[in-house]
Amino acid sequence: MSADYYLSLVNTPFANRIAKQIGLPRPAELRRYQAGGPLVPGPILVMGEGSGADLLAAALLRWGQDVRRHPATGQSHGAVVVALDTIETPADLAEPLLELGAALRGLAPGGRVVTISRSPAGVSGAGVSGIAQASARHAVFGAVRSLARELRGGATANGIVLHGDVPADAPGALRTLEFFLSGKSAYVDGQFVDVQAPGALGASLECIWTPAEHSLAGKVAVVTGAARGIGAATVNVLRREGATVIAVDVPAASGLLAEVANRKGATALQLDITAEDAGARITSLAAKRFGALDIFVHNAGITRDKLFVNMTADRWRSVMAVNLEAQLAINQVLVESETFAQDGRIICVASTSGIAGNKGQGNYAASKAGVIGMVESTARQLAGSGRTINAVAPGFIETEMTANIPLLTREVARRLSSLQQGGLPGDVAETIGFLAAGNDAEINGQVVRVCGQHLVGA
Amino acid sequence: MREKHEAPPTPNLRHAVVIGGNRIPFARAGGAYANVSNKDMLTAALDGLVARFGLQGEQIGEVAAGAVLKHSRDFNLTREAVLGSALSAQTPAYDLQQACATGLETVIGLANKIRLGQIESGIAGGVDSASDAPIAVSEGLRRVLLEAARAKTTRAKAAAFARLRPKDLRPSAPGTAEARTGLSMGEHQAITTAEWKVSREAQDALALASHRNLAAAYERGFFSDLVTGYRGLTRDGTLRPETTLEKLATLPPVFGKNLALPATMTAGNSTPLTDGAAVVLLGSEEFARSRNLPILATIVDAQAAAVDFVHGRDGLLMAPVYAMPQLLERNGLTFDDFDFFEIHEAFAGTVLSTLAAWEDEDFCKTRLGLTGALGAIDRRKLNVNGSSLAAGHPFAATGGRIVASLAAALAEKGSGRGLVSVCAAGGQGVVAILEAR
Repeated sequence: MSADYYLSLVNTPFANRIAKQIGLPRPAELRRYQAGGPLVPGPILVMGEGSGADLLAAALLRWGQDVRRHPATGQSHGAVVVALDTIETPADLAEPLLELGAALRGLAPGGRVVTISRSPAGVSGAGVSGIAQASARHAVFGAVRSLARELRGGATANGIVLHGDVPADAPGALRTLEFFLSGKSAYVDGQFVDVQAPGALGASLECIWTPAEHSLAGKVAVVTGAARGIGAATVNVLRREGATVIAVDVPAASGLLAEVANRKGATALQLDITAEDAGARITSLAAKRFGALDIFVHNAGITRDKLFVNMTADRWRSVMAVNLEAQLAINQVLVESETFAQDGRIICVASTSGIAGNKGQGNYAASKAGVIGMVESTARQLAGSGRTINAVAPGFIETEMTANIPLLTREVARRLSSLQQGGLPGDVAETIGFLAAGNDAEINGQVVRVCGQHLVGA
Repeated sequence: MREKHEAPPTPNLRHAVVIGGNRIPFARAGGAYANVSNKDMLTAALDGLVARFGLQGEQIGEVAAGAVLKHSRDFNLTREAVLGSALSAQTPAYDLQQACATGLETVIGLANKIRLGQIESGIAGGVDSASDAPIAVSEGLRRVLLEAARAKTTRAKAAAFARLRPKDLRPSAPGTAEARTGLSMGEHQAITTAEWKVSREAQDALALASHRNLAAAYERGFFSDLVTGYRGLTRDGTLRPETTLEKLATLPPVFGKNLALPATMTAGNSTPLTDGAAVVLLGSEEFARSRNLPILATIVDAQAAAVDFVHGRDGLLMAPVYAMPQLLERNGLTFDDFDFFEIHEAFAGTVLSTLAAWEDEDFCKTRLGLTGALGAIDRRKLNVNGSSLAAGHPFAATGGRIVASLAAALAEKGSGRGLVSVCAAGGQGVVAILEAR
């Protein structure tokens, strides 16, 4: 992993002053999750009219947060939560968003803006009023994405999108709110997570969801590609959250894999995920050793970069085989398996390259775009079953993979995001941990970018 | 007169089972592990086992291991490796040494403790480094240093050092020479190989099979559950999957060049000096079941024997020939009752001389006291996943490698028995029976 020396340098007072004067980027040290630390760096201002704001304020109070309903001059806020779930027309947006704008001056470094709105896909009734409503709901996306680009000091803006009549304090919505507010989402910026009706097999809504440590206690998880980078970080996060973890990697990485497993108390399994019996071997080990399999993280991936004009068959095929075809085959085993829990969670690692494309990565981008298609399609298949599938799409993450990018390209790529720095493997792992948790099935088919709102693919 | 063991294994003892194993890839001496100590390698082998079975922080009943080439500072080698591993620091350990049979003997010792109910679990194994071998000071220098240490006055110290002679400064490195004959192990085997008229071609063919079998086992992922990469190696450094009989035939003989018959033993059909470590996880059935750990095989029985290679007619590495009939008789079994034979390939000539002896009616009658030949082994069942010629032979690590691989092969087949035979320096040999679950 290459260190981001500029980030360290620019956060010294002298260099920071120089950088400000000559207009160089001034990336902030991001506020990352620490067990036992505060959820946000200050009081939470809940804005907006209507039921959503009330429900969220009530939930946050229940979590023990310092909740304010009105901005006060001179007051610094750790986060601003804006309920936009009742807007009907584009005109309704002006007041809450302008109020939000005025409140931004008091946002603490590492602060959070989280909006909660309704999905334009769920607009009731056709006709002029329905279209106006859909337009207003869609307008939220543009507002939040722009806001995210404007925020400084490591602050981020993200949105929760409620489908249909899902209440603002549905477990999925509150889980997402906690994720966005906490340091776990440090490198997630300008993103939206859809919260759907849980379906018949989802959890009941009798009690209000509250954050807890060890969110994955009692769960059995598999992480592929676990020997290094994002996979190793995911093992750490899942273990911290209390899951039993089977860490999988190829025999060639077995030495590192054993170290990762021993550091956090996981079980190492050497396996090539492209082997025909890979899915069966993994589920069999989980069943025999732990009697269950609840979470499957498809992290293993390879790059064999070449421009299309120079692309070779083995480079194309090996990338597709590892990054996409192996996941397809294993998911087929999981879906048909009785070992895989009824509230099983599949989390795939896609890439922003799969969204925006990337020069020299035709094979990789194709495989990762394929993963996104697989997630969306599988999500429809799983809808209502209690199981879910979601993806994270990492942007520029400081790993061995990105350390191989030429220095200048790497330096430019780092600064092109709203947070003006690369993310850490742990940032992706925290997002995976979020998607792996919860007994509601309300978050399904989502692709959450962990890219600091990069200029490309965000 | 040989001691006879007529009684069958005591029936009311419980079973000791093999749960799994782990080794680091074996490296050619002076290769990937040139700067790694025995303690480092044994710790790595233990850590790989801990990772495979999720034993982090677990207290194991006992860990037994050893090394043949051992520094005097490593008197507590195994315990030190445990302390450096991910196991609980409350895991006791002891060192054991029986030349190349060290690894197999640790398995037998811990299996017996498990059978007796003294421990529930155990990790057996061994390690050796030909690269990081101890070098001792000469006997003369050693005496001078000890005397100087005892001296009370400066004058007495000076007097002690005054007795030092230039030749005393020459260090003494360990070799593979037998203490009582001065012959190297290879030279000893060359005598036996010639005695049994084992051809160069037969030895090269056995070496080729070893490489082919080991390579094929790697290819089908057999070692994914048995080996954990270390220091950049993920496969044994001495494995030559592409070698051929023609290539092996070009190698010049290295042992037995002063014998009457043409020399047949080459670097290709003799094991190279190697570095590595291997461990085996053993337990009672209850231990394995309570933790949902696999049960690969049962350790059924074992037998050691020794030959008088100094004054007698027997070859240095021929003791397993004597141990085997005792073991088979005690268990009421013949070679036909086995599906796998793991005969340690110290040299191709050792394996082939051993097989020839068992097939020789006269030898079996006159020397082993049998009524006829012990029998022939189906060569298709011999070292099916490769052995020391291809994998290498870090002396004390070989027993752990063989037991874990054989147990895995038995588990893969799902039935049957396996026979282990390991020869050792000092004219010793140990054989053992494993049975599938």
